[in-house]
Amino acid sequence: MLSALLVMAGIAVVLGAMLGFASVRFKVKGDPLVDKIDAILPQTQCGQCGFPGCRPYAQAIAKGEAEINQCPPGGEEGIRKLADLLGKEFKPLSVEHGVEKPKQIAFIDEALCIGCTLCTQACPVDAIVGAAKQMHTIVAPLCTGCELCVSPCPVDCIAMVPVPETVETWKWKYPVVQIKVAGHA
Amino acid sequence: MNGSPHLHLPVSVRLVMFKVLAALVPGIAVYVWFFGAAILVQIALASAAALAAEAALLRLRGKPVALFLTDGSALVTAWLIALTFPPIAPWWLTVTATLFAIVVAKHLYGGLGQNPFNPAMVAFCVSIVAFPALMTQWPAVGFTDFSAQMAVVFKSQSAQDAVTMATPLDALRTQLHVPEARATVAGILGSHASFGNIGGKGWEWIALAYLAGGLWLLQQRIITWHVPAAFLVTLALIAGGFSLGEPDRFAGPVFHIVTGGAMLGAFFILTDPVSGATTPRGKLIFAAGAALLTWIIRSFGAYPDGMAFAVLLMNLCVPLIDMNTQPPVFGRKAQQREKPHD
Amino acid sequence: MLATLFKFRGGIKPDAHKDESTRTPIAAAPLPARLVVPLRQNAGSAPLALVGPGQKVLKGERIGAPEGNFSAAVHAPTSGTVLAVEPRMLPHPSALSAPCVVIESDGEERWIERTPVDYAAESPDALRDRLRDAGIVGLGGATFPSHIKLQPGAAGRIGTLVINGAECEPWITCDDMLMRERAAGIVRGIGILRHIVSAERVLVGIEDNKPQAIAALRAAAAQAHGIEVVPVPTRYPAGGEKQLIRVLTGIEIPYGRLGTEFGVQCFNVGTAYATHRAIELGEPLVSRIVTLAGNVARPGNWEVPIGTPIDALLELAAPQAGTDRYIMGGPMMGFTLPRTDLPVTKAANCILAASPALFPPQGPEMPCIRCGACTHACPAELQPHELYWFARAKNFGKAQEYHIFDCIECGCCAYVCPSNIRLVDYYRFAKTSMRALEREKAAADAARERFEFRNVRSEREAKEKAERLAAKTAAARQAMAGGGQPAGTTPSVPAAPTTTAEAAAPLPQLDEAKRALIAAAIERARAQKEAVQPKNIDNLAPEKRAEIREIEARRAQVRELAKTPPEEPV
Repeated sequence: MLSALLVMAGIAVVLGAMLGFASVRFKVKGDPLVDKIDAILPQTQCGQCGFPGCRPYAQAIAKGEAEINQCPPGGEEGIRKLADLLGKEFKPLSVEHGVEKPKQIAFIDEALCIGCTLCTQACPVDAIVGAAKQMHTIVAPLCTGCELCVSPCPVDCIAMVPVPETVETWKWKYPVVQIKVAGHA
Repeated sequence: MNGSPHLHLPVSVRLVMFKVLAALVPGIAVYVWFFGAAILVQIALASAAALAAEAALLRLRGKPVALFLTDGSALVTAWLIALTFPPIAPWWLTVTATLFAIVVAKHLYGGLGQNPFNPAMVAFCVSIVAFPALMTQWPAVGFTDFSAQMAVVFKSQSAQDAVTMATPLDALRTQLHVPEARATVAGILGSHASFGNIGGKGWEWIALAYLAGGLWLLQQRIITWHVPAAFLVTLALIAGGFSLGEPDRFAGPVFHIVTGGAMLGAFFILTDPVSGATTPRGKLIFAAGAALLTWIIRSFGAYPDGMAFAVLLMNLCVPLIDMNTQPPVFGRKAQQREKPHD
Repeated sequence: MLATLFKFRGGIKPDAHKDESTRTPIAAAPLPARLVVPLRQNAGSAPLALVGPGQKVLKGERIGAPEGNFSAAVHAPTSGTVLAVEPRMLPHPSALSAPCVVIESDGEERWIERTPVDYAAESPDALRDRLRDAGIVGLGGATFPSHIKLQPGAAGRIGTLVINGAECEPWITCDDMLMRERAAGIVRGIGILRHIVSAERVLVGIEDNKPQAIAALRAAAAQAHGIEVVPVPTRYPAGGEKQLIRVLTGIEIPYGRLGTEFGVQCFNVGTAYATHRAIELGEPLVSRIVTLAGNVARPGNWEVPIGTPIDALLELAAPQAGTDRYIMGGPMMGFTLPRTDLPVTKAANCILAASPALFPPQGPEMPCIRCGACTHACPAELQPHELYWFARAKNFGKAQEYHIFDCIECGCCAYVCPSNIRLVDYYRFAKTSMRALEREKAAADAARERFEFRNVRSEREAKEKAERLAAKTAAARQAMAGGGQPAGTTPSVPAAPTTTAEAAAPLPQLDEAKRALIAAAIERARAQKEAVQPKNIDNLAPEKRAEIREIEARRAQVRELAKTPPEEPV
């Protein structure tokens, strides 16, 4: 009886020590979940989710403080990936946060720009160049299409234009299977 | 829009399947010669059941019936079922087994191209587990009277000892498993009426006819050499090794190759592309594994022939085998296989 | 001295159909009234237009300057007037448009001054620049800029030059005819290429179904030292660059690596000939040989000015009844042209008139039965059926793991597939989707980095501002406390206060004049703005128009708001 107890206690001690060791030895630095979520988010930094940027939203999701369907630029595919990552149920994009639309970039009508620098201050990714009282312009490859520069403009000279498809960015369409394959995807 | 190529060889799934059926014809002919026309009735029964089940399932699943019904894949399954079942099995057994193969083993998994297990072998295993007596009731050599055979098949007339006999594998197994009998392989082979020159009487010739058909498939590039060669060589090596060591307890390599389902399995069942391995190395492993399992089940198992179980067990391993035997691609042979990206 | 031949795995043997278009010699295609020259006719970056509407150009005049080194120049194919530089639809499966120079020919074919050079006296660098400026790109169809391929890599020299005259695609005979008729020029071009990389060995691979081409090149190469013409077995895709290099040298070049790294490089015979013309005649690449074949009454090869409309060209070959589409390139790798009023480009080696009789429509697609026919046929030694599963399931990670990018899209797998699966379409879909995803990922990573940098910067700025403010108040207090201290001793204040004051000062403190100026600017802009109406909306979809209306309404609202004087300026 006593020996059995001792054996059990011994095992408990050994296992506890192992667990303790493992938790120290294999401690994960930082929060990999936030990084993983952040990697899925489109980095538009538009704030439509209600958080100041993609990373804060990722942190909120990781803490369970935000839903996974608050990111319009990420769209349905983004929600699906988040759902996969977090083992959650897919849900449609929440309407109050916006709608999914094709990628656009900002365009400054340079004839109208008065050089007020308000848009450069609004741009989350420093994609607008121009100095005070000088005409501003968008560095198109850097623009994420967040639209944050549109409303601050006092002369309403910033428009969002869709990114046209070019021969280089064109994608081959998913082959159409002639036979209707019903039943499975 | 459709891209290149704009050319296509005049090949089709149908052509592949019908070539397989054609390659079975010599074997069937020899079968009829030795064991009478009952096998033809069984083939007809299985084919009818298979086509009916296929048509019904395709309809249910909303697939183009005419296209898939004529692809020949259901017929191949049906013929293999008929050829692996005893020719005097009751008609309902053949029909039920075929229905099971088409409905459960094929369409429930997604139909053509999607079944992880060989449907014919699923049917065989289910039947032999459910109806062991009926599945081991083989006609004796010389019992070729068609009407008598039909009586057994359709009227469920119990087959008397006069018309049935154990297959060579069965005979070996049952007699070797009785230690007191002190039977030896040579003794059994010499004494029993069902044994021929190198294997079972009649069966050895059917096996050779299958071999001929299989070689033709090889020449037609429907199958590759890997599976039949690896299967037959492995089976011969294991059987040879053990029979050299203990000739009284283990039958020799030639016997193993030409009896039971070995030859049919090597060229027609294991080579089923859907449920088999696809890489060259994978095919070798797959077939060698099947040979090993076949021999083990034949020599130590409770069932007379291990072919069907061996096939299903190896079918299980196919994804694993394929995944780990991907051949190096052009220009990457010298390099180590890259690790998958995370 | 016969070279030992190696083998490549896989491949197919379709009917060659080479006889139809080799019965007549190469003829010059008539000059069309109008030519459309796409600026980007090379793999790599698009050249910049050098001309504008109304400008007169001479034949061979540069109209597009290479943009960066991975680019090649474009030239006027004839003399005439530039009508426009505008986006035009390209002969490309996407049917998308890209900038083109439209030239109205004056029919005089006046050449720009040509300056032939003696290549032996030129340095390799100078010759490479000349090739880039002459617009020489791979004429086998890939249009890879040749001067890039001629750069010695990190591994050093290119010891072996492989010249590709295999022309393995059925129906195409432009290289065959070029070799038969202009072997001397090809050999001279090979001499230049060899000189540039100082290769000691040149192997010219020609499929053994072209005995006349082999004989012609052998005769021409007889004088040249070290050029070996090697007949290779006829098996598609023996003319694939990697396959030919493998057959002739035994070297396998994996995806993503350059031949240069292995001391071998490959050029098409057409490219060699164009090199000869560019260097020794001073003529940039303004025309190419195009095979017209298929369902036509007069199949043959034509020397065509780049930019010639394909439909004008087709008239020469007289397409016959039953033609249902036109294919640019061969039947194995070519694509169906979206229209026929598109220009001939440097990549256009063949225009095929396709009819259901010649290219029967494929049967319905059946499920894959994993029969392995594709694996057997794949010259890249891939597992096409596995790639198909992954591409179909959009499992791109797995597809990449199984080396989908090593696929050369030769079409052998789809050619032999008993299930009629359009395998290559699936691979193209997967590859282009993956490239798009990679672009998106790169853009997202860049955006994240910039966003984080910006956050760090604004934090730093806020901190610095606070520090300056603190320093200032401290200094002020000190000054007040120690009133008797001499002014000169106040530490570290002088520069800071002014900037801080300006930055911290709210707008009301700005003088009236400045405010009036801003208001005037805003007013000016508003006036300008109101004159602007949405443009180019006539052929947009209704929902798009609705969206525009909505935006306009919002803008009008904003304007109204702006007109009422703001409570407090910003």
